[in-house]
Order: sequence, then structure tokens, then C-alpha cells
Amino acid sequence: MEVGQMQRRLVDYTKTLFMEGFLDAQFLQLQQLQDESNPDFVVEVVSLFFDDSEKLLNDLSMALDQPNVDFKKVDAHVHQLKGSSSSIGAQRVKNACIAFRNFCEEQNIDATLRCLQQVKHEYYLVKNKLETLLRLEQQIVAAGGSIPTIEMGF
Amino acid sequence: MNLSSGKEYISTASSSAGWKAGDAAAADQFPAGLRVLVVDDDPTCLMILEKMLRTCLYAVTKCSRAETALLMLRENKNGFDIVISDVHMPDMDGFKLLEHIGLEMDLPVIMMSADDGKHVVMKGVTHGACDYLIKPVRIEALKNIWQHVVRKRRNEWRDFEQSGSVEEGDRLLKQSDDADYSSSANEGNWKSSKRRKDDEDETDERDDTSTLKKPRVVWSVELHQQFVAAVNQLGIDKAVPKKILELMNVPGLTRENVASHLQKYRLYLRRLSGVSQHPSNLNSSFMSPQEAVFGPLSSLNGLDLQTLAATGQLPAQSLATLQAAGLGRSAGKPGIPMPFVDQRDIFSFENPKLRFGEGQQQHVNNNKQMNLLHGIPTTMEPKQLAGLHHTAQSMGNMNMQVASNGSQSSQNIPLLMQMAQPQARGQVINDSSLGHATRLLSPMGQPILSNGIAANVSTKTGIQENVRAPSYNPVLQTSSMLNFPMNHASELPGNSFPLGTTPGIPSLTPKVAFQEDVNSDSKGSVGFMPSYDIFNDLNQHKPQNWELQNIGMTFDASQHSNNLQGNHNHSQPVLVQQGFSSGQVNGQNKSATVVSKAIFSAGDSTGHANAQNGNQHLNSLLVDGTVRVKSETVADATPTNLYPDHFGQEDLMSALLKQQDVVAPAEHEFDFDGYSLDNIPE
Repeated sequence: MEVGQMQRRLVDYTKTLFMEGFLDAQFLQLQQLQDESNPDFVVEVVSLFFDDSEKLLNDLSMALDQPNVDFKKVDAHVHQLKGSSSSIGAQRVKNACIAFRNFCEEQNIDATLRCLQQVKHEYYLVKNKLETLLRLEQQIVAAGGSIPTIEMGF
Repeated sequence: MNLSSGKEYISTASSSAGWKAGDAAAADQFPAGLRVLVVDDDPTCLMILEKMLRTCLYAVTKCSRAETALLMLRENKNGFDIVISDVHMPDMDGFKLLEHIGLEMDLPVIMMSADDGKHVVMKGVTHGACDYLIKPVRIEALKNIWQHVVRKRRNEWRDFEQSGSVEEGDRLLKQSDDADYSSSANEGNWKSSKRRKDDEDETDERDDTSTLKKPRVVWSVELHQQFVAAVNQLGIDKAVPKKILELMNVPGLTRENVASHLQKYRLYLRRLSGVSQHPSNLNSSFMSPQEAVFGPLSSLNGLDLQTLAATGQLPAQSLATLQAAGLGRSAGKPGIPMPFVDQRDIFSFENPKLRFGEGQQQHVNNNKQMNLLHGIPTTMEPKQLAGLHHTAQSMGNMNMQVASNGSQSSQNIPLLMQMAQPQARGQVINDSSLGHATRLLSPMGQPILSNGIAANVSTKTGIQENVRAPSYNPVLQTSSMLNFPMNHASELPGNSFPLGTTPGIPSLTPKVAFQEDVNSDSKGSVGFMPSYDIFNDLNQHKPQNWELQNIGMTFDASQHSNNLQGNHNHSQPVLVQQGFSSGQVNGQNKSATVVSKAIFSAGDSTGHANAQNGNQHLNSLLVDGTVRVKSETVADATPTNLYPDHFGQEDLMSALLKQQDVVAPAEHEFDFDGYSLDNIPE
């Protein structure tokens, strides 16, 4: 596949992610931050997000697995996940976290467990999408092309 | 933001940086190069923020822990222009960090959080954050953060430039309260001053403020004491910058300086009243600012005092007396009953301390001292005041104790010893005083000092031990806390180090408060400790005082207690010395106070000379129950009188000022006969 084609694919794919709500404008900001001096910025940040989120999700699972759930702690974790996902632009994860926090306030074990599942689900989805997207970008760069800027009407 | 000017490095970031790029004087491409410290425990956010800030051409330092951030800030007081901090952090609450920074370094702090709840944002406002960003933070929001730096500098500059214009002052005061100095009037003044200062003929305020590096007014202990005294004299509600400035009569101090300091002080007071339980907290926070920062430190101390004063309803007179005593009636007659002096000393401490710390304060001596006293006593209830008397004596003992504590600081001990000796006579303090002292101290941030002292004093007779123990602990703690600030303060050798930064009194208060929190008993020690340090660190200079102050302040942050310990020694003595020295200055009457002052100052590097004198005085004071004398003098010493008339505040001041040179000056001024500073191992 030649570079132009790959670039078009990337653009379309990215747009889809935005339209489906996986990513929001914040992700665009990240892309805009990337420049020649920092060509792997997005990859780095996204990787950081993945590592951090997985750790948080583990902590959440453990916290909710306790006989006496410490909702404050759970809430703190979810709050953190909400913050990092919003900073990345992982919109659906962020929204799932918001719902999660509401149930934490109510101290509803069942609901929070469901929320955790939801958050995890969204997280793995967006992770998958982002990995695909980044792979596409990598291919373009490897082929000598540049990553097209997404012009979104946000 | 000026998007159109200058070159455009990067579309997003250059606009702000570029406007000045073209005509940046001395390569000042403000806001490019703005030194930002960003604190966030979320690594993803931290990385993104760092990148965004770099894109804005700021000099970014990132940090994932609040403790680390504080350390960095303290190590390099002037290393940053602005701080951005997350609200929710595991090791320290973001608001707490905010308070610390505001107090210690007086840097603009921006809070940020994914939490956009109204109450959280309100918390940011009440804690003094200059802005609140909701996550996810967009780069556009970061591009403008330089405005907070400029605004702050502008206000300071204005304060600096305009001193004495009534209207301005009032207006400024108002504005400062609103933290919004965008009034045209201000701008006008600011602009003119800016133009003067700024080489660039920039009409752009931004440029001016950004490039202006107005000398920061360092609110040393003395200065702060003066400030506090002035405010107390006027009444906290009626204290307007202009009048305060007039009362303080500090050359070079502008109404703006006073206005911003007043604002901080008011915040401090508000918090104190809100946190009735832990005045020390406030103190701590106040204390924390290191001297380096003009406002923070002194304000803290002063504030503490003020707050105490305000909250403690200590009669102005008492305060005055205390101050007077503290200021040192130079009479420095050892015979002054300690107990009385204690209280005063405590306050005086602050004053003298301030003075010591602040050579510049020279003229303020008396006033300052007085102020200090004002500040301090306020918190003390009248009865406490009485207790103070005892305490004063105890203080004397305490100081002695401190000295004997040796553990605290070898140096202090000698000093204390000396004090103790005279004390033997003044066993007045003994247990009863101790009790008072501790009592006093506990409730009031300030009293702590006395308590400490009192405690020590008593201990002398044997109670010391008991007293000491409790008092020391806090003190130690405080010291550790103080140490924090001290680090910064270390630079201020001469300055008795404003309470935390504010020389003398302020520190006392914070400590006191601090102690209170720690434990009622300890409280005493806290206060005491300072003196302890003073002795030891007479030579140490400010840092010590600073420590003392910090101690008080840090005490609050229990976390700092450890730090304090270390520093404590330093600070402690300072405080004590101050108190003593002040006592001495006052002469016999105030010997107690003087002594405390001396002690206080002793701790404080500036105080070393004084400290010695003070110590000596203290001793003598203790012995003679100078405290008593003080009380009597107090009557005369109205706030106004307190200053120079009755007490050798001036002497004390000069002593403080001269400490650096020698003990001698202090001697005659503070009547440090009793103390042989020499003995104090510095």
C-alpha cells in the first residue's frame, strides 16, 4: 500500500473513532503536540496511559473484591482513571468512569462491580483502537510519509 | 494574549511568547522561559502537561509527589515562577500543598482536577489558588498562565513603587483582597513605575510586569511584627495599608507591600478563626514561608500574631506590653520577673527576633517589637497573659531548660544554662508557671513559646524535666518544621528570620499554634524549643529564627515535624532568644521578654549577638522575675508607647541588627547581661 493510501486509511479510521465516541478533541490536542522534536509523543503518552490504566483497573478489581469495600479508595482510583482517560481523549472510558463514581457515592457494590466491568470493557476497546491507529501511523512513517493532521470540526 | 505580535515559533505557544520576542530586553522573552513546576500523581497527565507547557515555551519541571515538589521549591526558593498542582494526590492534599507554597514561597499556584464540582473549585479559591483548571487541560488554558505571574509581580511592584498614597493603598487593599489588580488606577501607577523600571518602552503591561524584577520585600520577623503591631493597633478591621504603613514607618516599604501582606494576613486570620482548634495550623502555614519570601514568612508570623491577637482577644495592651517587653527594653535588667516576661518575651521574641533578622528593620525596632508583641499577645487571653507572666518566668526557665536540654542543641543549652541559673532565683515559674505556660501556650499559638519557656523555666527547678519534655517535643517538632522553611531562610542570616520568616514573634506564634496541635504539653516545648535554638544558633542567623517560625508553622504539618526536629534546634533558639532579647531590651521589666527576645534572636542568626545578650538577659530576667516587671510596664506600654519609649526596643532592634557583628551591641541593648552568648555554643 502506498503512503497516500495509508494516510487516507488513517484519516478515515481516526474519524470513525471520533464519531463513535472512542476519542474526543483532547486526542487531537495530543496529536498537535507531537512535532519533530518529539515525534513519538503520542505513542509515549498512550503507552503511559495503558500502563497506568491497567494498574488502576487491577487496583479497582482488588478493592472491589474485598469483603469490606473501601469506597473512598475505589472512588479515588476511578477519579484518577477518569483524569487520565480524559487527558488522553478516551471519551468512552471517561464517561464510564463518571458513571462509576456516581455509584461509588451510593456505595452500591453490585452497581460498582458492573461499572468496573463496563470501564474495563471500554478500556480494552479503546486500547485496541489506539493500537491500531498507532500502528497505521507507524506504517506511514516507515514508508516515508508523514502523519496527516486530522481536521475535525470540534 | 497577544497573538499577533512577535514571531511565532509554534502556532499555539508562540503567540504568547512571541509578542515580546522581538523587543525583549535582555533576552527576556516573557512568558517564554517561565519557570513552571507541575505536580500531578497521574503520570499520563503529567507527561501531557509537561509537553504542553514546553510547547508554550515554558521551562517545565515535573514532579509526581507533593513532598518532592515542596522540597524542590524550598531548595530553590526563587527557582520557579508558578506552580500547577493537581488537587487529588496520594501523599498530600493539593490544597495543603497550595497553602504551603503560598505561605512559604508566595508563588502563584494553579489547581487542576478532573473534579469540577463547585465546592472543590471554591476550596481552591479560599485556599488562595490563583486559578483552577478542569481536566483535561487544554493547551490554550496553559498558554495564559503567565498572567498570574505578571499579576503578582505587578502588585508587588506597585506596592513597592507606591508607598503612602492613601487612596491607592485603600484601593490596593481592596483590590488585593479581590486579587484583581486590574483597576485602571493601579494600572496607571503600575505602568508608570514599570516604565521607569522597564527598559523597554512597553506600553504593554504584560511586558512591564513580566520583565520587572522588583525587589521582593522580605517580610522578616521584625517587619512582620511591626506589621502585626500596627494592625493590632489599628484594629484588624480598620487596618488599611496606608495607615499600617505609616505606623510601621519602614523606609522603602510601600503601601502595596503592606496591602498584599495584609491580604495574606487576613486570609490567615480567617483561617485561624475557622480553625479554632488548630491555630497552629495557621501558624504553621504562615510560618512555613521562608523568609526568602517577603510576604509569606513575615506574613505568617505576623499573621499568626495578628490572628492570635485577633482571635485571642489579647488586650492590645498586653500585646503591647509584651511587645515592649520583647522589644527589649534595653534596660535589660536581669531582675525582671520572668513570668511576665515570658509572655511578653514570647511576643517580644518575635519582635526582637524580627529585628534581628531584619537588619533593615532597624528603624522599626521598637515598632516592630511592639508589633510583634501585639501580634503575639492578641491570641493570648488576658488570663493567659497572666499565665504568661508565669510563663514568662517559665520561659526563662524554659530557655534554660532548653539549654540544658542539650539534646536539642548543644548550643542552646549553654545559653539556657545561663538562663537557668538566673532562673534559679526566678523559680517563680516553676510548676505553676509551667502549668500556665503550657496552658497558655496551648491555646494560643504564641503561648507555646511561653509555655515552652515556662516549662523550661520550671523545669529548672526541677520541673524542667517535666516541662521540658513536653515542651520540647513540640518545639522540636516545630523546629523540624521550621527547618523546612529554614532551608530557605538560611539565606537570611541576619534576619531574625521573619516569623517563620517573620522574625521573632511571628515565629513564635506559629510555633505556638503548632504546639497546640501537637499536644498541649508539647506545645509549650515547641515554643520553648525555639528559644533553645536561638541560643544555639545565635550565630546561625535567620534560618534559625526561621526555623522557629517554621516550627510553629510546620508543626501543623505534622509531616514536617521530622524536618523540624533538625531545624528545630536552630529555630528554636532563635525564637527563644528573641523573646529574651526583647525582654532584655526592655530592660528589667521586660527582661523576661527581652530575654525571650534575645533567645529568639539568638536562635536567629541575627540574634546570635542578641541572643547572647538576650540569653544573658534572659538569665537575668529569669532570675529577677523580669516578667513581672514587664507586666507593669505593659500598662504603660500602649501599643504606641510600647515602641520605643518604654522598651529599649530600639536597643533591641539595634542589638538584633547588630547581632551579626557582635554580641556587644546586643548586650547593652538587650541587657543580655545575664546571657553569655558566648556560652551558647553556636
